[in-house]
Amino acid sequence: MKKYVLQRIVQLIPILIGITFLSFAMMHIAGSDAIYELYGDKGAVSQEIIDAKRAELGLDQPFLTQYLAWLGGFLTGDMGISYISGRDVFQTFISKLPATLLLTALSIAVTVLISIPLGVLAALRHDRWIDYLLRIFSFIGNSLPNFFVALLLMQLFAIRFSLFPVIADGVNLSSAVMPTLTLAIAMSAKYMRQVRATVLEELNKDYVLGAKARGIRGRVIVWKNVLKSSMLTILTLLALSIGSLLGGTAIIESIFMWDGVGKLAVDAITMRDYPLIQAYVVWMALIYVLVNLITDLLYRFLDPRIRLGVQID
Amino acid sequence: MIFGVLAVLLILFSIFSEYIAPYDPYMQDLVNAKAPPSAAHPMGTDRYGRDLLSRVIVGSRASIFSTLLLVAVITCFGTAVGIFCGWNGGWLDTVLMRISDMFLAFPGLVFALAVAGILGGGLQNAIIALAAISWPKYARLARSQTLAQKENAYLKAAKLSGSNTAQIILRHILPNILGPILVTAMLDIGTMMMELAGLSFLGLGAKAPTAEWGSMMSDTRSLMTTAPFITFAPGIAIFFSVMIFNLLGDAIRDYADPKYRGR
Repeated sequence: MKKYVLQRIVQLIPILIGITFLSFAMMHIAGSDAIYELYGDKGAVSQEIIDAKRAELGLDQPFLTQYLAWLGGFLTGDMGISYISGRDVFQTFISKLPATLLLTALSIAVTVLISIPLGVLAALRHDRWIDYLLRIFSFIGNSLPNFFVALLLMQLFAIRFSLFPVIADGVNLSSAVMPTLTLAIAMSAKYMRQVRATVLEELNKDYVLGAKARGIRGRVIVWKNVLKSSMLTILTLLALSIGSLLGGTAIIESIFMWDGVGKLAVDAITMRDYPLIQAYVVWMALIYVLVNLITDLLYRFLDPRIRLGVQID
Repeated sequence: MIFGVLAVLLILFSIFSEYIAPYDPYMQDLVNAKAPPSAAHPMGTDRYGRDLLSRVIVGSRASIFSTLLLVAVITCFGTAVGIFCGWNGGWLDTVLMRISDMFLAFPGLVFALAVAGILGGGLQNAIIALAAISWPKYARLARSQTLAQKENAYLKAAKLSGSNTAQIILRHILPNILGPILVTAMLDIGTMMMELAGLSFLGLGAKAPTAEWGSMMSDTRSLMTTAPFITFAPGIAIFFSVMIFNLLGDAIRDYADPKYRGR
C-alpha cells in the first residue's frame, strides 16, 4: 500500500508539469500579452517605451525561460494581476473558490440523496413499473442540457411562484437552492442508472443465491451484503464525477449569478482577462487531479481485498 | 432500429431545413415582433419579428451538423493516434500517451472553456475546443484494443503471408476494433451536442444572428418573463435531438454488448 501511494505521487509529477505547461503555452498562443493590454488602446506609444517595459516584465526572454519564471511565481502564489481590475489574480481566485466548493458539495449531497435510494429501488424492483418509470425519468434527465434545466427551474420556482431569488443575492442557502438543484438533477439522472446497474450486478452474484438457499431473508441479504458491497463502487463513481461537476458549474454559476470561480472564469473569458483564465484552468485541473488521487487511494484503502493484499483474480 | 430511422430522419431534416422552414429565419419583421403563436407563425416570433419555428428548424443544421462533425473528427483522430501508438509502441507511444494524460487531467468543460475563450467565439472554435479535450478518450480506447488484437495468431499469419503494415491495420486491426469505438462515439453524440450548445449559450460558440439552439436560448433569455416559449422552444429541440441520439447509442451498445441487454 505504502509503495502504491508513493508510486501514484511520483506518477503525478509529470502530469502536474504538463498541466502548468499546457496552461502557460495556451495563453502564450493567445497572442495578446500584458504590453498590448497596457498600451493597446492608448494610441501611439513609442517603441522604446514598449521595449523597455517588455524587458522589465521579462517578455523578451525565450519561451522556456518565461515558463520557468511563471512557474516560480505560480508556486509562490504570484500569478500576476488582472488586466481588467488590476487586482492580484491568485487572491481574486481564492476569494471566489469557497462559493464554488459549497455549490459542488451541496450538489453532490443532493445527488447522493436522490440517486442512491432511487437507484437501489429501481434495482430491487427490476422490470416492474417503478423501475420503468425511474428509467424514463433518468433518460429525460440525461437528455436535458443543464442550462435548459436552469431556465426551466427559474421559470417555475422564481418567476411563477417567487419561491427563490431569480439571481443569487450573495452566497447564501436560499440563493444556492436553484443552482444546486440544477446540477443535482443532471447528476442524479446519470448516477441513478449507475447505482441501479451496480446493485443489479451485485444481486446476480452467486453468493446471493447461496444465501437465499440457506434460507436467509431477502431483506437481510439486500441490506447486509448487497448494499454494503455496492456502496464502495457507487461512492467512487460519485467522487470521480467531481471533475465534470467543476466544469459544469461555470455555466450554471453565470446563469444564476452565483459568485464563484466558474462565473469569474466566464466573465474573464468575455473580457479576455488572460491571467484570470489561466489561474482558473490551472487550479481547477490541480483540484481535479488531487480529488481523483484521493478517491483512488481511499478506494484501495477501503476495499479489504486490496488493503489486505489478497490477489484478485 | 426505430431510433436509427429517427436519427437518419433528423439528419436529413437538418440538411434540408432551409427548404422545410416556412420563412427565412433571418428576415426581420419588427411590426410582428414577439407575436404569440398564430396560424401564420405556429411558434410565434422573436423580438425582431423573425419566425421562431423557422429559426428552430434551421438551427438544427448548426447544432446537429457541428456535433456530428465534432464526433467524426475526434473519433478519426483519436483512433488514428491510438492505433499508431498501440502498433508501434516505443518512445513515441510513451510521449503521445503522456500528452493524452495531460489533456485528461483537465476536468470536463474547464479546458474547453479556456480554449474557446482564447480562440474567441465562433462555432468553429467551439468545435476545436471540445475536440481538444475529447480525443484522448478515443486514443486510449483504440490503443488498448490494438494491443489486444496484436497478440492474435492470425496477425502473425497475415504478416507471414506478406501483408505490409498498412494492409494489416486497414484489413485486420481496424475492422476488429471499430465496434467499441463506434459505440463510444454514438454514446458521445448526445453529450457533445449539449456541451456545444452550452458553449454557444455562454457566447463562446455560434454567434448571433446565426440560428443555433444554444445561442438562441441565451439571446432570448431576457424575454423569459414575458414570453417563455421563445426561450424554451430551442431547448425542447435540443432535448429531443439529444434523446434520439442517446436512445440510438444505447440501442447500438445493447446490440454490440449483450451484457447490457435488458438493463
